[in-house]
Amino acid sequence: MDEIKYNPKVDYGTPVSQSTKQITLTVDDRQVTVADGVSIMHAAALAGVMVPKLCATDSLEPFGSCRLCLVEIEGRRGYPASCTTPAAEGLVVHTQTPKLADIRRGTMELYISDHPLDCLTCATNGDCELQDMAGAVGLREVRYSYDGENHLKAEKDETNPYFTFDPSKCIVCSRCVRACEETQGTFALTISGRGFDSKVSAGNKDFMDSECVSCGACVQACPTATLIEKTVIAAGTPEHSVTTTCAYCGVGCSFDAEMKGEEVVRMTPSKHGGANHGHSCVKGRFAWGYATHKDRITTPMIRKSIQDPWQQVSWDEAINYAASELNRINTTYGKDAIGGITSSRCTNEEVYVTQKLIRAVFGVNNVDTCARVCHSPTGYGLKQTLGESAGTQTFDSVMQSDVILIIGANPTDGHPVFASQMKRRLREGAKLIIADPREIDLVANSPHIRADYHLKLRPGTNVALVSALAHVIVTEGLVQEDFVKARCEWDSFVAWRDFVATPENSPEALSSELGINAEDIRAAARLYATGGNAAIYYGLGVTEHSQGSTTVMGIANLAMATANIGREGVGVNPLRGQNNVQGSCDMGSMPHEFPGYRHVADDATRALFESAWGRPLSKEPGLRIPNMLDQASEGSFKALYCVGEDIVQSDPNTQHVTHALENMECVIVQDLFLNETAMFAHVFFPGASFLEKSGTFTNAERRISPVRRVMAPKNGGLDSNGKQEAGMEDWQVTAKLSAALGYPMNYSHASEIMDEIARLTPTFKGVSFKKLDELGSVQWPCNDEHPEGTPVMHIDEFVRGKGKFFITQYVPTTEKVNAKFPLILTTGRILSQYNVGAQTRRTQNTAWHPEDILEIHPHDAEERGVKDGDWVGIASRAGETVLRAKITERVQVGVVYTTFHHPESGANVITTDNSDWATNCPEFKVTAVQVARVSQLSDWQKHYKTFSEAQIAFAQKTDKVKAEAVKVG
Amino acid sequence: MDIQRLISMANQIGDFYESYPDQSHAQKDIADHLNKFWALPMRKQIAQYVAEQAGVGLHAKVQSAIKDHLSV
Repeated sequence: MDEIKYNPKVDYGTPVSQSTKQITLTVDDRQVTVADGVSIMHAAALAGVMVPKLCATDSLEPFGSCRLCLVEIEGRRGYPASCTTPAAEGLVVHTQTPKLADIRRGTMELYISDHPLDCLTCATNGDCELQDMAGAVGLREVRYSYDGENHLKAEKDETNPYFTFDPSKCIVCSRCVRACEETQGTFALTISGRGFDSKVSAGNKDFMDSECVSCGACVQACPTATLIEKTVIAAGTPEHSVTTTCAYCGVGCSFDAEMKGEEVVRMTPSKHGGANHGHSCVKGRFAWGYATHKDRITTPMIRKSIQDPWQQVSWDEAINYAASELNRINTTYGKDAIGGITSSRCTNEEVYVTQKLIRAVFGVNNVDTCARVCHSPTGYGLKQTLGESAGTQTFDSVMQSDVILIIGANPTDGHPVFASQMKRRLREGAKLIIADPREIDLVANSPHIRADYHLKLRPGTNVALVSALAHVIVTEGLVQEDFVKARCEWDSFVAWRDFVATPENSPEALSSELGINAEDIRAAARLYATGGNAAIYYGLGVTEHSQGSTTVMGIANLAMATANIGREGVGVNPLRGQNNVQGSCDMGSMPHEFPGYRHVADDATRALFESAWGRPLSKEPGLRIPNMLDQASEGSFKALYCVGEDIVQSDPNTQHVTHALENMECVIVQDLFLNETAMFAHVFFPGASFLEKSGTFTNAERRISPVRRVMAPKNGGLDSNGKQEAGMEDWQVTAKLSAALGYPMNYSHASEIMDEIARLTPTFKGVSFKKLDELGSVQWPCNDEHPEGTPVMHIDEFVRGKGKFFITQYVPTTEKVNAKFPLILTTGRILSQYNVGAQTRRTQNTAWHPEDILEIHPHDAEERGVKDGDWVGIASRAGETVLRAKITERVQVGVVYTTFHHPESGANVITTDNSDWATNCPEFKVTAVQVARVSQLSDWQKHYKTFSEAQIAFAQKTDKVKAEAVKVG
Repeated sequence: MDIQRLISMANQIGDFYESYPDQSHAQKDIADHLNKFWALPMRKQIAQYVAEQAGVGLHAKVQSAIKDHLSV
């Protein structure tokens, strides 16, 4: 018999079984050997026999309601449903008999008797399982009249901006309800009523007002046109599909871009996706319209001063102008005055060529990336302790966890698709500890999930908490000494053990500083150390502090001391904010290291790159983003090439950032939109969206996934006749700039850049576009030893050899509250918006979050006479802004919270220059502020409004303003 | 760069090593951190400050680390 291969394109009806035991049965005279535990329907599908079905789909547990998948089994009576009947050794199954055909036709007849007969004009015509089944069972007539009571006039719910709910087409198969429960874990949908009155309901509300998070799982699961994308209604069914990778968060979901020509009709989560297994969230699934938004700038532009209107030019003109400016500044001020910034929104290949340009062309290491302001402490802390700047696990590892400890992360909002998997494990019974100043949804606001401990610590006290947890583990004898002896540097362990065991690190001593009961800390520590497989997940609530790196090392200490590292179900898991945070760091975009985390002072590595790139390279670490800005403010840093990043909106102390940019003589911004930084730029290179280019993204679990071009880049310049030129992928723009600077980069495709990365980086040695085509994705290290990648790291030994413990002395931040600034502001994210919002603000996701708001505790609000919805001024030592207040007990007394998705909010006008001791990662999570009711915008906001309106006009008027425009020199 | 900013950044690095039992080793670690992560102009500026202004505002062990172990 031929070997049976799982094909992700096929719907097997019911889920796969993880059992290693094999059984053999016969289906319609075909013998098939399958994993024990699968259904007869699944086994039949593996044998190539597709049993008719409606309520079954293999992303959901079987339900047995549609009565279409009935079969006959020799030696058994009746007609069991093949979806709910397990396959068993030796069974002989018949899926097609006259009796079965009769039953199925009768059942279909009943379905169709209450279904509109508008197939030809229906949006799912040709892509409808109900239609397919009517054909499959040979339904030829419906004997029942439509005169009786039916659901054909049921009203549509079109409140969701992305999909329509048309109950007249619903067959009440419950797939949507089950998808909302099993796949997403939100439980927003239910079946209300009984019998004939049964209908799908979003909790008796319309979809927009319901608990629905618009993840699309229900739409994906629906076998009819009941739940369907509005883009499909508008455009018709897609004609081809290309698998690519989402351009949003660090989960890195795989999507099928379903196309008509070069137009995207819909994005559907790829079932084969290693990170998402067919699930999605509102951003990746629906919020891709920004790629064709009218605000996109698709023509290169230049100008002499930021007071001038932009001049649209050809690519050659823009590139040559930028190159001449960079050369002039290099000659006048020296190479130290020039630098580059990449973004986690760039592909690996784009980041690689940008850092190569800065290092090879200018001989300086002034290149940094936006991980500076998010996860740079992760890179530092995990490299120091474990030996590699990356998370230790694969996402699927969470399904083996018994205890989940979340510190400073909000997965349901920041990493929703992984959060759904985590919630599934929590519903199966894993214990949950959450350390967060704020009550995130996982604490008590997710169905069937309640945190066992919510350690509601005061912002800025993470290190004290980690030390207190360690104190309990050490003093109560919970250290796994055998593991420590075998795997770690014993001396470092002893020094750490003696430090954390001191009375000043006890929960009792730190309780008042933390604002948590000592007993809760003790209980949480015991649970983490003794509850079975324990995994730590953390986010920016750990890193964006003055002691961010210390906390990361403290987390690694906890994992090593309790042997919770080096196998499935455990580990240290940084949840990365953006899609390519891991990748942009891997690609050598930090000023102190080459690709693969090798320090620039390492002679062997430098020699390797010098020989490959043919240029002398500097052994000196370059400037980090805040250093560049500080130097610019004082006049010694003059030129910046900023690719895909928006430092004005996303970096702290906005006024300091803008002052620095105003002091520069050449700011080159490469982006899709005239972002906040571009308003201070002299050269604008229009970027290509993720749909318009090839490359790779690397997600939080080190998974390298392909980004595939599905349409031509839309960023053509204007030639001398005013005609639009062909567009370029972003790496091509960088390579063209490099060539204009006298250093050609001869790649003909992004895959050749990856080939070079693989040649020069041991952890990427086995990576190629060909391998990604074959495997779908691959987790680094990928080399001769692990040709198909490494889902879990540090299994037999740590990358650095022995794990190293670090003493984590708690040093309170200097950002202190006082009478003038008595509250602490902390910042975060929400589900529907992404980072600076440049993408999501240009989609209908604004329906969920039209503005940033300030969360304030009722006690603090009352003291200030603030009512829900009032405008409040928030003042810090750095600046002042105004937001609308929301009164909520999610935040604790003394703490206020906001997001930074909208530029006019000016959230970063108030954040300060304080930063992490090791990496200069800004202390976004702790700012001392005062809040007061106000009636008008802050001075900064008024200035911003005038300034940004003028800048937008400069870009819009470009073609009209010819006189006094920039002379290209 | 504003020297006060460099001083506070250097002191923060010193604070991390506050509880290390071997303080002479800690001084090497402090300097090693500066050598690895601070750009040369920043290192030169802080070294000059220590030499010319007696390192006022810098913690004693950070001053010593800069004097004895910083590469400039």
